[in-house]
Amino acid sequence: MQAHQRMLDPTPNGQHSVESPLLRTIGLTKRYGDFLANDCIDIEIRPREIHALLGENGAGKSTLVRAIYGLIQPSAGEIHWQGERIVLSGPSEARSRGIGMVFQHFSLFDNLTVAENVALGLDGKESFKDMSARLEQVSKTYGLPLDPRREVWQLSVGERQRIEIVRALMQDPKFLILDEPTAVLTPQEADQLFIVLDRLKAEGRAILYISHKLEEVKRLCDTATILRGGRKVETCNPRLETAASLARMMVGGEVKEVKGASGRKTTVPRLVVNDLSLAPVEAHGVRLEHISFELKGGEILGIAGVAGNGQDELFAALSGERLAKDPGTVVIEGIAAGHLSITQRRKLGAAFVPEERLGHGTAPRMRLSENALLTGHAASGMVHRGFIDTAATLRTVDRATETFGVRKAKRDPEAASLSGGNLQKFIVGREILRNPAVLVVSQPTWGVDAGAAAVIRQALLDLATAGAAVLVTSQDLDELAEIADRIAVMFHGKLSAPLSAREASREKLGLLMGGSSLQPKEIAHAAGA
Amino acid sequence: MQLVLEKRSERSGTIALVSPLIAIGLTIVTMVILFAILGKNPLLALHAYFIAPLTDGYSLQEIAVKATPLVMIAIGLSLCYLANAWNIGAEGQFLIGAVAGSWIAVKTQGTDAGAWVLPAMLVLAAAAGALYALIPAICKVKFGASEILTSLMLVYVADLFLDYLVRGPWRDPHGFNFPITAEFDPVATVPLLIEGGRLHLGSIIALLVVAAAAILLGRTIKGFEIRVVGAAPRAARFGGFNANQLIILTFAVSGALAGLAGIIEVAGPVGHLQPGISPGYGFTAIIVAFLGRLNPLGILIAGLFLALTFIGGEQAQIAMKIPLDVTKVFQGILLFYVLACDSLILYRFKLVFPNRKVVARGAG
Ligand SMILES: Nc1ncnc2c1ncn2[C@@H]1O[C@H](COP(=O)(O)OP(=O)(O)OP(=O)(O)O)[C@@H](O)[C@H]1O
Ligand SMILES: [Mg+2]
Repeated sequence: MQAHQRMLDPTPNGQHSVESPLLRTIGLTKRYGDFLANDCIDIEIRPREIHALLGENGAGKSTLVRAIYGLIQPSAGEIHWQGERIVLSGPSEARSRGIGMVFQHFSLFDNLTVAENVALGLDGKESFKDMSARLEQVSKTYGLPLDPRREVWQLSVGERQRIEIVRALMQDPKFLILDEPTAVLTPQEADQLFIVLDRLKAEGRAILYISHKLEEVKRLCDTATILRGGRKVETCNPRLETAASLARMMVGGEVKEVKGASGRKTTVPRLVVNDLSLAPVEAHGVRLEHISFELKGGEILGIAGVAGNGQDELFAALSGERLAKDPGTVVIEGIAAGHLSITQRRKLGAAFVPEERLGHGTAPRMRLSENALLTGHAASGMVHRGFIDTAATLRTVDRATETFGVRKAKRDPEAASLSGGNLQKFIVGREILRNPAVLVVSQPTWGVDAGAAAVIRQALLDLATAGAAVLVTSQDLDELAEIADRIAVMFHGKLSAPLSAREASREKLGLLMGGSSLQPKEIAHAAGA
Repeated sequence: MQLVLEKRSERSGTIALVSPLIAIGLTIVTMVILFAILGKNPLLALHAYFIAPLTDGYSLQEIAVKATPLVMIAIGLSLCYLANAWNIGAEGQFLIGAVAGSWIAVKTQGTDAGAWVLPAMLVLAAAAGALYALIPAICKVKFGASEILTSLMLVYVADLFLDYLVRGPWRDPHGFNFPITAEFDPVATVPLLIEGGRLHLGSIIALLVVAAAAILLGRTIKGFEIRVVGAAPRAARFGGFNANQLIILTFAVSGALAGLAGIIEVAGPVGHLQPGISPGYGFTAIIVAFLGRLNPLGILIAGLFLALTFIGGEQAQIAMKIPLDVTKVFQGILLFYVLACDSLILYRFKLVFPNRKVVARGAG
């Protein structure tokens, strides 16, 4: 069949591979109302190819792959699979044809085991026992170790993603789509993933890879297609490009550098945490143990650490989603606030940006104006005598849109319809526009493109320059190095003493993230290794 | 070949609007089959149910009278359901409201108490309904007891309590031993809107309740709170809204509205307290709330429609000897279809062929 196809369908540009395309879209278009999320996109993916799909937030990457996976119907254009035009009725048809997909947001049930989760996602009629056996075998073959009997809540983010990948591989796909797979991984976990992807490629499979991390794309991918504003602007070989040139193609101009104001003045302590300990509420939560730090106005404190080491619990304790027994454990603007609700803390001048955008930071099925109201109702003049001032909520949406360049299909869409990065810009914008005295933000640029990430980081720096205290939790060490004045590491519910950004080398942070305390001997050992 | 439900990638807005209509259509088809099995002419039966009541003024008034308690209760329930609080016991709150309001009417019977009697009855009934609804709400918040079960069980308590009162202490001494109270005094009766007609002041109150709910949900921060807590609980907590307080509040409001509906029914169309004052208004209102898509205006329309089935059921019984319980069957089937059709907003039906030849064509 392959050879036969090659004759029928001569390859138009054989720059990376002589094989005919496995998948090809011709003029693929997806329209939402008047808005073109995908505009006449032609893309070709060959076997034995890792094909990067790049573009700014809202460029239309997820929309394109969702159409290819049968999750949405294109408004116009064709999808060709192995030389034959197909119209997919849904993801199960895509899967049965050999198209697999790993989503950025996992769809796993915490209280079920690995095997049960996999069984739920498969279409086959195989017995549970056979399936478990095959699961173990597939995970072993690809070096993706998984214990089918573990329950998902016990697993790290990287392991959870492994489940999704193994589940996709069990269908023996010829073509695998990964939507921002490394956004949530630690550098080590990402390296493991790349080994697997190289191996899949060697087996003759094709991979479509979405990522905002350009260095990673240069290292891994054979071809890159770049989208801008729903259109394809270029297909190129990323190895022959620089990260900067790729970024230029994405934004159609230069990417701004983040500039910290030199000589930022620190002022009074605005957020102080005194010996905060909290037992977990959920069965799978982390216990916070004796956390203390002091954050002054004009200062940015970074908290590094592998996800699931208590960052969520700390966020809840700082925001007031969980209350502490002793009011003095959390002090905001000089006022003991451990017992105050999130609304009262907002009134003291605090603002919060949680890690999860949909369902925590926003109500997905509500409009942006309503989501502006969600955190602004207490202190932003959006409510008069119990009545909502709709014009005021819309003004906030417009200002956030303008200041942070949020791209959306209409003035006031549902939060869930925004692309991931654009929603993040809106959420960060919504809080920064309130001019908070204290901003606590988790993963501020998670899944955000390089241009927008620069805008958000700049905004955090500007906020600090204006005198606010900013606490940033991030897994991205480069990000922390770029903006934080001091960096502390969270491990098993404990927070290390903050290091100044200058002395916080990757090695030191890496050791702390792995749970070692910084004894001189160990540093020497790490340096020697 | 196999029929499966598949999640839609995009929520279907059109289906959200037509799903109640599809549900009504499916219910009517099922009823036609049922009538045929009962040996009745389906067309005549449908005519008796849905057309005949609309053709004379008396029946039209009667529809409005029946819709009044349905709409009032359903508005309260919709607030609960929007906030993810499952009050199933509106029937009990309705009965307790009726009992509490009647207490004033019974105690002032034959005295020359003034115009304060009816307002006092309304207020007391609303308060009693609210308090009665607070029992399951507090059990839920304090002990985590399922409000579905507790609110439902309290219906039977209320029912038996009413029964005891009208058979015992409140029985009309001149009532030939029937379990009813004496006819309420004029000052304890809800005034009619048209002299000699059936329409009473309660219908106006119901319309005001609809308008108030529309404003509450659409314009106020409280209404926003109710919607967020139900739609995205975690985001609501992040917004500073307390789900437990809202369970208490929505149960209290819906209990108050049910209690108010109860006393209006007793002091209006019925005129005295007796067992069986409700043909299941509290349960039918659940259907009204969902058929109206938990939207105040939708509930008004759905309330009128279900009132039509009550009147139609009576007419069909008189004209064709179709048992009155068929109305309940109809309402039950309707709720079933409404809930089933709602899943079509997020899911769609799909035929799956386990035979994988189709697949092999591409690869082979
Ligand atoms: N269901 C929808 N209704 C309306 N507009 C939509 C819908 N889905 C996506 N869009 C719009 O289409 C555009 C492209 O979105 P898409 O999710 O494909 O972006 P993306 O390239 O994946 O961005 P990101 O890097 O932020 O994930 C966005 O502007 C988004 O607002
Ligand atoms: Mg995306």
